Order: sequence, then C-alpha cells, then structure tokens
Amino acid sequence: MAKDKQTGVSKAVEHARDPKAAARFLWRYLKEFKFLLFAALALTLAANSFALIGPRLSGTAIDALRGKGDVDFDIAFRYAGIMAAFYLISAVLSYALALLMRSISQKIVKRMRKDVFDKLMKLPVSYFDKHMAGDIISRVSYDIDVINTSLSNDVVQILASIVTVVGSFVMMLIISPVLVIVMCVTIPVSLLYTAHMTKLTRPRFSLRSAKLGKMNGYVEETVGGQRVIQGYACEDVYTGRFSDVNVEATEAYYNADYLNATIGPTVNFINNLSMCLVTVFGALLFFFGFMTLGDITSFVLYSRKFSGPINEAANIFGELQSALAAAERVNRILSEDNEPADLKDALELTDVKGDVMIENVDFGYDPEKVILKDFSLEAGHGKLIAVVGPTGAGKTTLINLLMRFYDPVSGRILIDGHENNTVTRKSLRGSFAMVLQDTWVFGGTIFENIAYGKEDATMEEVVNAAKTARIHSYIMRQPQGYDTVLTEDGVNISKGQKQLLTIARAMLNDASMLILDEATSNVDTRTEKKIQAAMEKLMENKTCFIIAHRLSTIQHADEIIVVNDGRIVEKGRHEELMEKRGAYYELYAAQIK
Amino acid sequence: MKRSFKYLFENKTAIIIGYIIKISGTVVGLFVPRIMKMLIDDIVPIVKETGDWTEFIGFSLFMFFCALFDRCFNVIANRRAAKYSMLAIRHLRYDLYKKILSLSGKKTDEFGIPSLVSRLTSDSYNIHTFFNIMQRMGVRATFITIGGLIMCATLDPVLTLTLVATFPFVFGVVFFISKKGIPLYTSVQNAVDKMVRIMREDVSGIRVIKALSKEDYERERFEGANSETVSEELKASGVTAISGPVISLFLNMGLVLVIIVGAYRVNSGAIKGGTIIAFLTYFTTILNSIIAVNRIFVNYSKASASAGRIFAVMDAEDDLKVIPYSGTASKNAPKIEFRHVFFSFSENKEDNEEKYVLNDIDFILEKGESLGVIGATGSGKTTIISLLMRFYDPTKGQILIDGRDIKTYPLNELRRMFGVAFQNDIIFAEAVDENIRFGREISDEDVERAAKAACAYEFILGKEAGFKHEAAIKGADFSGGQKQRLFISRALAAHPGILILDDSSSALDYKTDADLRENINNDYSDCTLISVAQRISSVMKMSKILVIDDGKIIGLGSHEELLKNNEVYKEIAATQLGSLL
Repeated sequence: MAKDKQTGVSKAVEHARDPKAAARFLWRYLKEFKFLLFAALALTLAANSFALIGPRLSGTAIDALRGKGDVDFDIAFRYAGIMAAFYLISAVLSYALALLMRSISQKIVKRMRKDVFDKLMKLPVSYFDKHMAGDIISRVSYDIDVINTSLSNDVVQILASIVTVVGSFVMMLIISPVLVIVMCVTIPVSLLYTAHMTKLTRPRFSLRSAKLGKMNGYVEETVGGQRVIQGYACEDVYTGRFSDVNVEATEAYYNADYLNATIGPTVNFINNLSMCLVTVFGALLFFFGFMTLGDITSFVLYSRKFSGPINEAANIFGELQSALAAAERVNRILSEDNEPADLKDALELTDVKGDVMIENVDFGYDPEKVILKDFSLEAGHGKLIAVVGPTGAGKTTLINLLMRFYDPVSGRILIDGHENNTVTRKSLRGSFAMVLQDTWVFGGTIFENIAYGKEDATMEEVVNAAKTARIHSYIMRQPQGYDTVLTEDGVNISKGQKQLLTIARAMLNDASMLILDEATSNVDTRTEKKIQAAMEKLMENKTCFIIAHRLSTIQHADEIIVVNDGRIVEKGRHEELMEKRGAYYELYAAQIK
Repeated sequence: MKRSFKYLFENKTAIIIGYIIKISGTVVGLFVPRIMKMLIDDIVPIVKETGDWTEFIGFSLFMFFCALFDRCFNVIANRRAAKYSMLAIRHLRYDLYKKILSLSGKKTDEFGIPSLVSRLTSDSYNIHTFFNIMQRMGVRATFITIGGLIMCATLDPVLTLTLVATFPFVFGVVFFISKKGIPLYTSVQNAVDKMVRIMREDVSGIRVIKALSKEDYERERFEGANSETVSEELKASGVTAISGPVISLFLNMGLVLVIIVGAYRVNSGAIKGGTIIAFLTYFTTILNSIIAVNRIFVNYSKASASAGRIFAVMDAEDDLKVIPYSGTASKNAPKIEFRHVFFSFSENKEDNEEKYVLNDIDFILEKGESLGVIGATGSGKTTIISLLMRFYDPTKGQILIDGRDIKTYPLNELRRMFGVAFQNDIIFAEAVDENIRFGREISDEDVERAAKAACAYEFILGKEAGFKHEAAIKGADFSGGQKQRLFISRALAAHPGILILDDSSSALDYKTDADLRENINNDYSDCTLISVAQRISSVMKMSKILVIDDGKIIGLGSHEELLKNNEVYKEIAATQLGSLL
C-alpha cells in the first residue's frame, strides 16, 4: 500500500512528461472554439493595425509642425482628432478582445472541470481507495486554474506577438536583406536557447504541480483530522510535518522559478546582442556605402519592435510551461481506466426476485493477498442472511463484491441466475438498497439527503420515512426543519443520526435486495428497538444481507454465516449454532462476559 | 493585504538589496539603446570621415557589456525575488496551518473544513503569484516609467506636464478597478469553495453514489457550482479587463494633447518638431510599463481577496482563553466535576432555552472511579466529551478536573491528560506505529503494549511490514473494527490519566470488545476510564453510569442501582441483554 499512497505523486515524477501530449490535450479543447478563436485572431489583427496606424497618424500630424510660425494647425488638429478616434476604437476593440478571450478560456475551463468530474463519476471505486482526495481535488482547483490563467492572458499575447513579429520582419527584409542575416544568427540562438531551457524547466514544473498536489493531500487529511490532532495535543508535531511538506512544495515552486528567472533576461540579452551586431554590421555596410544612416535607424527601430514580443514571449513562456504541466496532470486523470463498461448485450435486470448465488469466489484487493477464499453462499428470494465474524474477516468485502464495486478474481456471483457481470451495473446496483457503516450525507438539505435514492419523492413520503426511522423529531428541532442544510463535517448531526437518516433514505428506495452493514451500530438500542418494526418492514420481501455485531438483532435470520479469515466457518440458524457451541456461541457469550 | 506584505518584507534588507540589483540592471540596460543611438548618430559619421575605429569598437564593447550586465543583474534579481516570495509564502502558509490546527471547535465549524483547506492552498497560491509578478515586473516597470518621465522632462517640461496631467486619471482608474475587483474575486473564491466542497463530498461518498446510480445527479450538482464559479469569474475579470484598454486610452489621449500643445509650442518656437518625435519614443516605453503596472494591480485584486480570506482565519479570536490559576486544589478533590453545565452550539441567547444540547449536566466523578455514559442517539453524549476536552466552552456552568477549572489549564496540558478514541477518528496515510504514536514521544514497547491491550497486535503483525506497514489513505486497507482498535491503541499508548472511549467499539464483535475491556482493566487500571457507548455491556462495569436523554441527566448510579430504579436503563438493558439478564 505504501506505493499506492504515493501513486498520485510519484507517477507525476516518473512518467515521461510529454509536452506534445499535453499540448494536444489543450488543443482538443481549444479547437472546440475554433470560430471564437478565429474571431479573437481577427480582433487582434484589427486592434493591432489600429495601434500601428497610430504612430503614422502622429507622424503626419507632427510633419505639420514645421517650425516656428510655420505650423499648419488645421492638419495638426485634424490628425489629432483622427488619432483620438482611432485610439478610442482600438481601446474598445482590445476590451472586446479581452472579454472574448476570457469567455473562451472560461468556457474551456468549465468544460475541463466538467470532464474531470464526469470522469470521477466513471472511475472505479478502487481509484478512490488509492488516491488522496486532496490530490484529486487539487487537479480541479489548482491545475485547471493555472490553465485558465494561461489561456486567458497568454493566448492573446501570443497572437498579438505573431502579428507584430511577422510585420516587423517583413519591414526589415525590405530595408536590408543583408542585415536580416544577423537576425538569422540571433533568432536561432534565441530559439535553441528557449528549447533547451524548456527541456530543463519542464520536469521542474511537473514536479511543482505534483508537490503542490501532495501538499494539498496532506492539508486535506490533517485539517480534516484537526479535532483528533488537538485531542492529542500534538499540533506542534503535525505543524512540523506540514512544514516539511510545505518546504518541499515551495522548494519545487522556487526551483521552477529559479530556472525560469534566467529565461527573460537572457532572451533580452540575446536581443540586445543582435542589436549590437546590427549596429556594428550596419556601420560596416554604411561605411562601404551599401546603406544610408536613415536605413540603419529605421532598421533598428523595427528590430526593437520585433524583439519586444519575443521578449514578452519568454515571460509568457514560464506560464505556458506550468500550464502544460497542469494540463498533463488533468489529462492523466482523464486517461485513467474507467470502470469497465457493461457488456454490449448486458441485461437490464427487471423485476428482480433476489435469488443470490455466490460460487467459489476468490478475492483480494491486492492480487497477492487473498481476502476471500473459495467463498460460496446461497441466498434465496426474501431470505435474511446474517454475516457475523471477527472484525477484519472480510465481511465488508462481500458487499464490495455484491455491489460490483470490485470484481472477484475467480468464481462468480449470480443474481436471479444471471452472472452479475452480464447485467448492467445500473440495474444491478439499483436492485440493492444499502445502509453502510460509514454513513454519507452531502451538503444539501435534509430533504434532499433523504430523497436521494428516489428522485420524485414527495415531501409526504420523506416525512413518513423520517418518522419511521425515528429521525423526524430531531429534524423538526433544526432551525429550518427539512430545509436545514447539512454539511459533511457538520456538527449539527451525530453519527447515529446520520445512520437514521440513511435508513430513511433506504426506506424510500424500492429495491428487492437489502444490504445493512452495521447499519445501526451508532444508534442506541432503545431507538433501534423503536425502529425495529420499520426495519422489518424495510426487509419485508427482500433478500437481506445483514452485517452486525449486536447479535440480538440477527437472531431471527434465516441463516447466520460465521466468517473467519475469508472463509465460512459455520452456518445455520441461531438455535442450531448456539447448540453447536462453536464459533458463534463464543461470539454470543462474549456479550455478557 | 498589507499584512501579507509583512511576510514579504521580513527580509527587508535582502529584499532592498534585490531591488537595488534590479534597478541597477534596469538602468544599465537603458544605456544600451542610448549608446546605439550615439553610435549611429555621432560616431559612425566620424569613422566615415577619419577612418578611426577605436572609438567605435570601444563603445560597441561598452554596449555589449551593458547588455551583459543587464542580463546578469536581472537574473540575480529575479532569482532573489522568486526566493523571497517563496520564503514569504512558506512562512505565511506555516502560520496559517498552525492557526488552523489551533482553532476552537466553534471557529472551525464557522469556516468549514473545505474552506480552510482552500485558504491554505489556492488562496496562498494567489498571493504567491502576485508577489512574484510584483517583484519581477513591478520594480522594473516603475523604474522605467520614472526614467522615461525624467527623459521626457529633459526634452520639454511643458509637454511632460501635459502628459503627467493624465496620470491622476490613469491611476484613479487603476486603483478604482482593482478595489472593485477585490469583492468580486472574493466571490470567485467562495464559489470555488463550493465547487471543491461538492468534489470532496463525492470523493468520499462514491460508494453511495454508485450504489444509487446517482452519477448524473451529482454531475448536475457539480455543473451548477461549476457554472456559478465561471459566471463569478467572468463578472470579476469583466471588470478588471476594463482597466487595460481604458488606461491606454487615457495615455493616448494625453499624447493627442501633447501634439496639440506641441503645435502651439512649435509655432511659438519654444521647441522643434524633432523633440516631439523623441518624446513619442519615450512615451511608448512609459505606456508599456504603465500597462505592466496595471497587470500587477489586476493580480493585486485577486491576491488581496485571498489575503482577506487568509487573515480572516488568522484573526479568528482565540475564544478558548486560559484563565490564570491561583490557589491549590485539595488532594481530595474529585477527579472530574461538572457543575450545572449548559451548552448550545448557537450563540443566539434568546432561543437557547429550547436548543440546549446539554441541559444542567451536574455530576462528580471521584478519583479511582470510572464513568459510563449511555443514552439515545443525539442525546448529547459526545458533546459532554467535547466540553471536557475543551473543544468548546460551556454556555453556562463550570467543569473541573482535579479540583481545578479546566479553563485554567493551558490547552496542551489539559489535553495531554486524555487518551481518546474519537467517534470520527482518522487513520493517516503513514506507518501503523506512527498512527499509534501520533507524533508523541512513545517508545516501541509502549506502542506494542497498547496494541496488545487493544487486541490490535495480531492483525498488525499479520501485515507484511507489521508495525511499519504504511496505512492506506483514510485507513482503507483496514476494516472498521480494525480501525477502531488502532484508535484505541492510540488512546492507550501514552498511558493517559483519563481514558475516553467514545463509542469506539461499535464495530467490534462482542468477544473482541470484552477481551479489550478486560485488558484495559488489567494493564491500565490506573487510568480513569470514561466509556461512552450504546452497548450496555460497554458501560455496565463502570462504577458510575450517566444515563443521558435529550441533553439531560435522567439517571446516575451503578449498573445494579440503575437496574433497580431507572426505567430507561432497565429498558435498554432488557433489549440488549434479554434472556441473559
């Protein structure tokens, strides 16, 4: 399991970081908005042209200021007016462009979050057993946010840069093809340098994302356990450990920044260098009469314009790198294996009777460690099967298999004679109602939580279920009654109350099989007794699997199965097993020891 | 936001040195175009005339070294900037984490765990990004603006003043928009919180969701939060995106003004047309830097919103104040005493009467006695423990341990008296022995002894690596009962003065439960045991048993006494023990 804990992190470091795949991944989203991107490009062109026209207009206006007493105010004012108008249009256009890019990036981000979430819903349960919640969440919150920032700022910049670079290059070519040769030396140097740095920084950016994910995982885990940490007064120890994780995360952040910090100034330096060369060679060309001084001046001006965006590009570059690293992490979760699809001709279970057969099942979460060995069980329609045994004997695993959260390594499970992997998961799971030991409520109202299993449940049905589960009066004591919003970590509800709530939820669920895994372990016995009638009604006509420690609740089971070490060691009715004086008797007698 | 700057400026001298490096690099960098202009305008014609290249070569080399100097100093400065923003964030995050771990139960409930987590993570990233940008771009841009203005002023003060006249508008817009942005980005962060909360819930409840085939429902629920985040984000960025174009517009309008004013000045002979051209060159530089400054301010809104959220936590009042203790408790003082304790989660005093979770809890537990607490689900059993350990303070009344009000114990000292197996206890993804040791200094022998007493020893050794076995996330590789036994081992390991088992054997079979209790009685007999349970077998051996119903004590006595005179207790006993009675 040690390696599992690390999976989220170590994978990120080990796996070949493939920038092309990450870029392809981003492109997949970008191309969805081809037309909007095209519009953005058009806007960029327009806004930039207006900006380029500006200097020309000011040039004309300035030309009208010929000298003392020789100023053509008409022309100067007219062009000043036109300039003002152009700048206004350009401002409007660039605002429109900014809005457009933001809306594109938000659309992409929204789609991406949706895809990740949809993916989460499709992943097998085992994925969640193996990955830190914090690390999963970090992909949706941090990584996608990084992509968002990069898309909304950088893409515009890149588009604008391309326009300027191409424009200036053409101008330079016109002025002096010979001097452009100088550029042919420095540009490749720039590019090679950038490519080289990319190679160096990419792993650092990946590591940075991974370390942040790890820190998120740690924070999620320990802040969630804050109460326990306080209870043992070991805040200092956990703060100390956080400090290590934090140092690692910030260190990784810094390491990426450290390399990245050299890129901007270096590219700037190469540009300056090319300017020096242009000057020197320009001087030579001028010296030998190939060029005029004016040509050199304008060549230099254009080469400055040319290098500006390249400089800027180097700055954006860092952001793009981290966006690619983030995209990779998002892409990785999206390319995890789904829960295997239902067979093509999978059967839709309808009118389930609830005949369950488990035949010679072997199972282990870890292939090397078998938890259930040659496990067989038969539960006919309407039968009540109780599973007892020491903790850790594999009882909860049985549920994982029945619900098909996991598939057995060998052997088979039949429902109404159909092998459970030949029917659709939805219909299979829908034919079970389940109340688990680890109760789950979500941040919705109490009503929503109870009605969770039945979409069209009415208020009346919900109230009835709550009443039979003996939770109604508690609900009515809440400030907003059934509209009170529950929170996962909420204090306003105890574990026992959560169990009653999930029992009410199960009551609304019209299934033909029922799983109760320690369903009332945190409910006091008096309340349990009060809901006994309701529980019996819940179990009526259903094939029931009950896992319980309070043996008093299962005495009337049709069959009690005693499991130990993944094997069935005893089975029979309560009386039979008591007479036998075997494992069951021992468990039972322990109650009053 | 100001306070997060404090973290940055902790290394004041180092930071200032960094800025000086940055500024010198930038200034020297500004020489490059000037030298180039000089080379082309003045020196090349001289070379043409005299054929003397020395001056040309000298200045070319000088230009080259200026460029190199610019590059090196900027690299150094950028690295330093990255380093100090990293150190600042590291420290800020550390303080925040520390604060979060020390929050009282009430404050934690107010913020909510998911929101606390996102303040530690995404909010701190926002500030980090801002610090980086501010230090790398801000200093350079500001200096280029100032330098550009000085250059302009040397060309013509009147035209410079004309341009400067637009500055109040420009900076007005920058400040106004970035200020407007703060609450908008706060809403964005809150929307993100909500979205993250749903993810978190669903990750933990995936079994239920799959069992009920509610994937589509959850998708919709998430989509709602996703859309809300996007619309908040669009609202915020829609506002902040205004500033860039508006600033360019203002500055460009300033330029138009410069041309108009310039026309009059040229006409009067004060300046030449060429001056305006030179002016334009500097103007472009200034414009670009001011736009860069504006970008910093957009980041500022975001960071400032995040800083607000972070410091809201940092400022959360320590509502569990420790009162100085004077006097000495008598040796005969009872171990634990509750004096008319009332408690309500809500602070609203008016409706307290009805909403008391605990209502007049009053009892004494002498030294050497043990306590059982039994009662219906939701009757307030766990709340008694929460008050005893001071996660919350009672609304009314007093709690004493060894004759001393618990408010007079430093929190650490108070909590170290206890060993607790909580209801919502957690296994961390670390080695089993670490999970038991839980950061305390406990010898291997004590860990083993505790594990043996908690009946956990065998299954731990059953793991390949034994005590060094790395537990899976949330202890997913242990069954419910195994986890509970690990929690109990953890509670026992330090051999606490008061041992609390809060419903911590609910997933254990009776035999294990009984063995475990016997072990505790034998090996940890000097611990004052408090057992909160649903099972009568878990409390019946205690010397005193509290029967709680609806927050009130409805029975107090030994098992035998209660069987005689307490109806509720009798009923519980009858349902659980039945024929065995």
